[in-house]
Order: sequence, then C-alpha cells, then structure tokens
Amino acid sequence: MADKSSSNAYWAANIRLIRILLVIWAVASFGCGILLRPMLSGIGVGGTDLGFWFAQQGSILVFLVLIFVYAARMNKLDREHGVEE
Amino acid sequence: MDQYTLNLLIVGATFALYIGIAIWARAGSTSEFYAAGRGVHPVMNGMATGADWMSAASFISMAGIIAFGGYDTSAYLMGWTGGYVLLAMLLAPYLRKFGKFTVPEFIGDRFYSPTARLVAVICLIVASVTYVIGQMTGVGVAFSRFLEVDKETGLYIGAAIVFMYAVLGGMKGITYTQVAQYVVLIVAYTIPAVFISLQLTGNPIPGLGLFSTDVSTGQPLLATLEGLVTDLGFKSYLSQSDTTLNMVLFTASLMIGTAGLPHVIVRFFTVPKVADARSSAGWALVFIALLYLTAPAVAAMARLNLINTFYPNGVGEATLSLAEIEAGTDAKGQDINWVNNWAKTGLLKFDDKNGDGMIQYVGDKDANELTVNNDIMVLANPEIANLPGWVIALVAAGGLAAALSTAAGLLLAISSAISHDLIKGAINPGISEKGELMAARVSMGVAIAVATYLGLNPPGFAAQTVALAFGLAAASLFPAILMGIFSKRINNKGAVAGMLAGLLVTVVYIFLHKGWFFIPDTNSFTDADPLLLSIKSTSFGSVGAIINFIVAYVVSNATEDTPQEIQDLVESIRIPKGAGAATGH
Repeated sequence: MADKSSSNAYWAANIRLIRILLVIWAVASFGCGILLRPMLSGIGVGGTDLGFWFAQQGSILVFLVLIFVYAARMNKLDREHGVEE
Repeated sequence: MDQYTLNLLIVGATFALYIGIAIWARAGSTSEFYAAGRGVHPVMNGMATGADWMSAASFISMAGIIAFGGYDTSAYLMGWTGGYVLLAMLLAPYLRKFGKFTVPEFIGDRFYSPTARLVAVICLIVASVTYVIGQMTGVGVAFSRFLEVDKETGLYIGAAIVFMYAVLGGMKGITYTQVAQYVVLIVAYTIPAVFISLQLTGNPIPGLGLFSTDVSTGQPLLATLEGLVTDLGFKSYLSQSDTTLNMVLFTASLMIGTAGLPHVIVRFFTVPKVADARSSAGWALVFIALLYLTAPAVAAMARLNLINTFYPNGVGEATLSLAEIEAGTDAKGQDINWVNNWAKTGLLKFDDKNGDGMIQYVGDKDANELTVNNDIMVLANPEIANLPGWVIALVAAGGLAAALSTAAGLLLAISSAISHDLIKGAINPGISEKGELMAARVSMGVAIAVATYLGLNPPGFAAQTVALAFGLAAASLFPAILMGIFSKRINNKGAVAGMLAGLLVTVVYIFLHKGWFFIPDTNSFTDADPLLLSIKSTSFGSVGAIINFIVAYVVSNATEDTPQEIQDLVESIRIPKGAGAATGH
C-alpha cells in the first residue's frame, strides 16, 4: 500500500492533469465549435469555416487525442508514485 | 440473384455468426455473467463499447437529422462523443477499481445508503427501458423493409437471437457478439459512404470528401449544398439558427448523459486493470469516431443527392414529374425506383398540391410537395446512389447489428440491476452464486419479453422518451457517481437529496413541455417557446445536473461528516493499486 503523502501527491497530480485536459475539451467543443465560431469565421475550410469543421469533426479528433494523452500520462504517474497494479 | 435473396443471405449469415458466438461464450459464474470475468482486452472492449453505444439512433437516424438540420444538429456529433472524455477521466478507472458489478451498487456502497441504491436502480431501469423500446421498434422496421416479413415476426426473430446470446452468455456472450456486430455495422455504414463520396467528390474518404470539391459544379461540396438549400428557401445548412444558449446546454446534456448511462459504464467493468479502463475508453471513441466522422459527410451528401433527384436539371429548371416517379426513371434516364419503394413504407410522401404534375421540393411549407422522414436517409442512401444490391443488403444487416447490440447491452444493465441490486442487495442477501446466476438469467428473459411486448405495442411517446433517458442519466446518475469519487465530504443525505432534486426538476421540466407522463395536450409549454429562456426540454439534463451538485453540496455541509470507512473507500478507489484483489463480491 502506498503511503498517505505519496497517494495525496498522486491524486493532486491527477486532478491537475484532468483540469488541463478538460479545459482543452471545452475550448475545442463549446469554444471553437459554438461560442468562438463567429471569431473563427475568417478561416475558410472547404466551402465553410473552421467553426463548422470543429463542430462536425474537429472536436471529435481532439477528444480522441485527449483520452490517449490522459491514459499515457496516468500510466507514467502510476509508476512514479508506485501505485500501479 | 434478386434483392430479397441477397438480403436474406447476408442478414442470415450475420445471425448465424452471432449464434455461433453465443454457444462458444457461455457464462459459468456471476462474474462472467455481469462482467465477462474481467478478462476482456481493452481494444476488444472498446469495439464492444462502440457497438453497445451506437444504436439504431446513431446508425439510422443521426445522419438524417443532420441532413435536414445542418450546423444546428452538430450537438449530436459533439455530445455523443465528448461524453467519452468525461468517462475516461472522471468515472471509468475509479469504478473499475471499486470492482463491483453494477452502477447502483457503487452508489449504494459509497453513500452507505440503501435508499441511494434504490433511487439509482429506478433511474437505471427507466432510462434503459425507454431506450430499449426504440431498439426493438428499429429491429421490426428493418425486418419489414428488407426481409418482407411482417413487423411482428421480425421482432420475434430479433428477440430470439438476443435471448440466445444474452441469457446464455450474459456479459461474456454479449461482449463477443458486440465485437462481431461492430464489424458488421461499421462496414455497412462505410461502404456506401465511400461509393457516394467517390461519385460526388472523387475522394474515397467520406470525412474528407465533405470538405472537398463537388466534381459536377467545381465548387466546394458544402458551398454547392448551401447554394441549393438557400435557393429553394430551406434554412441554411451552414449557419446557426438555434440560440447559442440552447446549443451549449444541449451539447452538455448529451455529453453528461452519455457518461452517465449505466449500460455504457458497466462495459468498463470487464477489463482486467484500471489502466485498461482508461485506454479502453480511448479505443471505444476510436471505433465510434470511425462512424461519427463519416456521419456528417453522409448527411450532406444524402441531402445533395435528394435535391438533385428532384431537380435533375438543376434548381430553377423543371422538377421531377409524377409520370417519371411512376416509371422509375427520370428525364435523363437515371433509375429513381427508390422514390416509389420508400413511398410504399410511408416514410417518404409526395402530394402534387398545385396539380401541375410535378413534385416541388421547397422550403415554403405551403408550396412544398415532398416530405422525407429523417430515418430513411441512411437506409435509402445506397438506392439513391444506385449502388449494387449487396450494398443494400449489407446496410440492412448493419442496421440490425446496431439495434440488437444496443438492446443486448441495455437488457444486461436492466437484468443485473434486478438480480444483483434488488434480489441479492435487498430481498435475499443470502442467495447462493448459483441461485443469483439463475435469477440473473430469469430476469434477463423477463426483460426481453417486456421489451418485445413494448416493441410490438410501442407507447405513442417512444420518440420523446429518449430525452427522458438522457435527462435522467445526466441529472441523477452522473453527478452522484462523480461526487462519490471526487469528494469525500458528500454524505448519504446529500447524495440522496441531490439525486432526487436533479431528477424531479428535470422530469417536471420535460413533462411541462412534452405533456404529463407524455399524455398529449397536457403540456403547458412547447419546445418552440420554452419556460426558461430558450432552453428546450431536451437540453435540460445539464441544468438538472447543476441542481443536483448544488443541493448535494449544501445538504452535505449542513449535516454530519462521512464516516471514516467511507473516506478510506474513496481513498482506495482513487489509486489503481490492488484492483485485482477487489474483483468479486
């Protein structure tokens, strides 16, 4: 069993990582796909604008990257803090 | 070979495959029945999750909704995928570490409250049953259109197949069947899309074809489509007509609802390790994205093909005439038999209102003479594009795979809530493992019988209840699980009060707009003119979730602290170490 202070540090690092990744998650979907679309309207993508692309495809690609980054970073954190299975 | 024989052959071959898997993957223990013995490889589990998640709604309806709704309906694309990010980071790894079998079990243990477990069981059953009705009706429709058997017979055949592999194999049988069903459904979705993308843009990858040049006009495909829909007086395909507030809340509700749906969560109980639960969510999204990146292309291209069919010489020129529809060929000699084929099902209707012998397809409701149901865009797509018969047969098999795989996952969630949470958890805790396994099989059989009955006699409100399923998952289950992991302070009273508050407010808001218990004409508001700002009832789940969080926080802070053993439990689910030992009861 990992000691108390080590598992607290592990949890804090996990929360920090989740916070960063969820900000990107929100910026890609709610941001670029909806709220920021008017600001991105100058950037053309195949007959429409970047915001449309983010809403229909781009955000999904970002989500994919986020999950795999999280899985890889957490595997590393697990080992660093000695809490892996 | 005629179309009917081809359909029969391909659908029959896929069914034989599912039954073969059922016999091979029988479950011998409750661990195998509820969690496939926790031995499923994360990539396999990702594929099974893809089939579990992608229902008749994703396969059949979504592209049609986008085809007619354009940009506004992007919420479906972002919402139904973005939930997996939440699952991977906020729920799946910790619930896998917890190492039990059902979602209500976690809520009951973490909040040391049988009441909390019961509330969770009720939410789970209501959400899953409403979902299952849609799948069973989808099975009936696919059978009656493609295999020319009546809807009832089709439904019995579908139910018998699910019964075989779900009752025998439980989660183990369902998992391996879902892997096969994923392959069938993704091939069936992609092949027609590739053909159509090649025809229209010369690009073999539909997701890229969407943003490529339309070879017939030399303009970008989306610009061509936008020009046509606005010329005909339809609402713009590319610009936003929904309010930003509603679009944000709707997307959020679908994301939170996805992450909170129990039949999706339990899939992550089947992998061997906590680290596998994280990567498996990523693999699930890879397999889902293969369809979801293609769907917006299918949508835009199907809409373009539809308009081109009715305006063979371009907008502003003569439209398709009744005589041409009757003959099955247009003025250019193109085969348009699909119009008649689908008119027979009633899902496509035309009515020569002005008596000029031509069918006008325009945005003005009074002048428009063609109505097309969302659901036929994917199913009729291969016929619209004049693709070979085996592609049409494949689409039939794909639609059935999507509906059956989701139905099986939902039925498992329902039956384990009954046998594990109600029978073992509350009524008869001393039940033996063999007895519980029997109870699980019997409740699965009963759940299939109830779902078949509801599929045969769908309540008139079946379509509206999907909003209810997502609303319940978003407003009650997701916040409760999240707080159970990320806060030690939320206690039994806070959790129960939060779940009930989120649930009640959401259900009342839906009933106010859709009618009390979905009885027509008992609604006080409509989604066109909603009670609060511009928030439609389908978007209210995220508001319900916020209410749940606030109530749980306030009540917990006003009452006693959580006991030490619960704080230790939270500590232990936060770290992966020791997950193997937590397996079992």
